[in-house]
Amino acid sequence: MNQVPLLIIGAGPAGLSAAYRAAEAGADVLLLERSGKAGGQLVKQTHKFFGSEKQFASTRGIHIADRLTSRLEQLPGRVTLLTDATVLGIYEDGVVTADISGTVQKFRPSAVIVATGAYEKTLAFPGNDLPGVYGAGAVQTLMNEYGILPGRRVLMVGAGNIGLIVSYQLMQAGVHVAAVIDAADRIGGYLVHASKIARAGVPLLMRHTVVAAGGSEEVERAVIAEIDEQWQVKPDTKRTLDVDLICVAVGLSPLADLLYQAGAVSRYIAPLGGHVPLRDASMMTTLDGVYLAGDVAGIEEASSAMVEGELAGLAAARRLGFEGGDTSGLISACLAELRQLRAGPAGGKIRTGLALAGVYA
Amino acid sequence: MNRIENHPILTFPERKEIAFRFNGTDMIGREGDTIAAALHASGVKVLGHHFKSHRPRGFYCAIGNCSSCLMVVNGVPNVRVCVERLEEGMDVRQQDDKGVLP
Ligand SMILES: Cc1cc2nc3c(=O)[nH]c(=O)nc-3n(C[C@H](O)[C@H](O)[C@H](O)COP(=O)(O)OP(=O)(O)OC[C@H]3O[C@@H](n4cnc5c(N)ncnc54)[C@H](O)[C@@H]3O)c2cc1C
Repeated sequence: MNQVPLLIIGAGPAGLSAAYRAAEAGADVLLLERSGKAGGQLVKQTHKFFGSEKQFASTRGIHIADRLTSRLEQLPGRVTLLTDATVLGIYEDGVVTADISGTVQKFRPSAVIVATGAYEKTLAFPGNDLPGVYGAGAVQTLMNEYGILPGRRVLMVGAGNIGLIVSYQLMQAGVHVAAVIDAADRIGGYLVHASKIARAGVPLLMRHTVVAAGGSEEVERAVIAEIDEQWQVKPDTKRTLDVDLICVAVGLSPLADLLYQAGAVSRYIAPLGGHVPLRDASMMTTLDGVYLAGDVAGIEEASSAMVEGELAGLAAARRLGFEGGDTSGLISACLAELRQLRAGPAGGKIRTGLALAGVYA
Repeated sequence: MNRIENHPILTFPERKEIAFRFNGTDMIGREGDTIAAALHASGVKVLGHHFKSHRPRGFYCAIGNCSSCLMVVNGVPNVRVCVERLEEGMDVRQQDDKGVLP
């Protein structure tokens, strides 16, 4: 059994920011990441980020990950980052188990921050299990991490920011985008992304859905159709696209399995992406000493994930008795920063979701 | 081969070749590939078949969440090949049943 002051699960923008603030305050941190490198979703984002200067706006995601990781050195607290380290369970006696490069190890942390991110939703349609129907994140992983073409001709389902950005990335990799479709009546993502794709001649079809994927062993075609006001397929509008890849970008849900298993109270809150563990203003769940931050606390953006991570890191360090002179000031600054990031029309959904979760002031 | 050669932003340096077998056939992947990435690069998308419906299965999430990519690797069934690194000489097979632990 390994005693550790603070255990952080997941080294995406939220977990890395939490580790930074906690170690800066003096706490030793063990940061466990299941993949082979730190950065979370950022490691496959080749585009320049939106957001404010403080959260590295207009820097490419891939470079933000490096900066968040390298600033963990030479802090008052020591940060130990282990990759290929998957946390398996958080138990009622406070023990956390992890598979670290093939060996199961047990830890007894005094505080835990869960920053596990999100998983991709899918859609129900005939043939959705055929090889070649891939989540947008999977497509990005193949292209941007491994340099592999996910297909030759793609139908993108979903015109939110992820659908639009990944469509553009597919074009950059040389994949033909046959169409981007969305059931909504207007484009959900930022118009800058949409117009880049539209200028290249890709049809952006709103009020459309995917009716079926066809093919015997793999995707060989997709059938799409228009839908009416009741979201029913309009007869006679069905058409077949010659594609070998259907990319599904219909949103994310919090990856909160570890917290459900540990008994944290959660609630279904659609604007936050699904079942979300409840928390207080300091990011602590209903389990004493167990915090969360980032997409696992409600689907948002990397910018807010970083600030939530900082908040959780400061709160957890304070609980462990590490309180710099400016901890309270930093916490207020984080809360103000989050309010600012969530202001305006783009933040409407998250404000509604957080109000339903009873946390947003 | 399905490897990206020219990209406006990313560069993919040459990586060492790694030999492995898929359903008994010799294949080549690259150092750093996951098993699923190496197979996809060689045009293999069907990773197995559902044990009841026998429908083909491929990966979906590619980050170890969805368990759609289970294969038999070196005799061990139910390996999530989307997160398992390729190693020299690996024996990788499509999985068509629930698998029996060795
Ligand atoms: C295509 C795309 C474009 C985007 N563009 C922008 C943008 O322009 N601006 C912006 O602000 N945001 C953007 N985002 C959103 C942003 O990437 C996410 O909101 C952000 O990465 C969430 O951070 P996180 O740390 O909560 O989760 P993640 O980045 O998902 O990190 C979670 C980490 O936890 C690890 N993990 C999970 N389970 C375990 C476990 N059991 N044990 C150990 N480790 C585990 C995962 O491997 C992962 O590394 C984009 C997202 C996508 C997909």
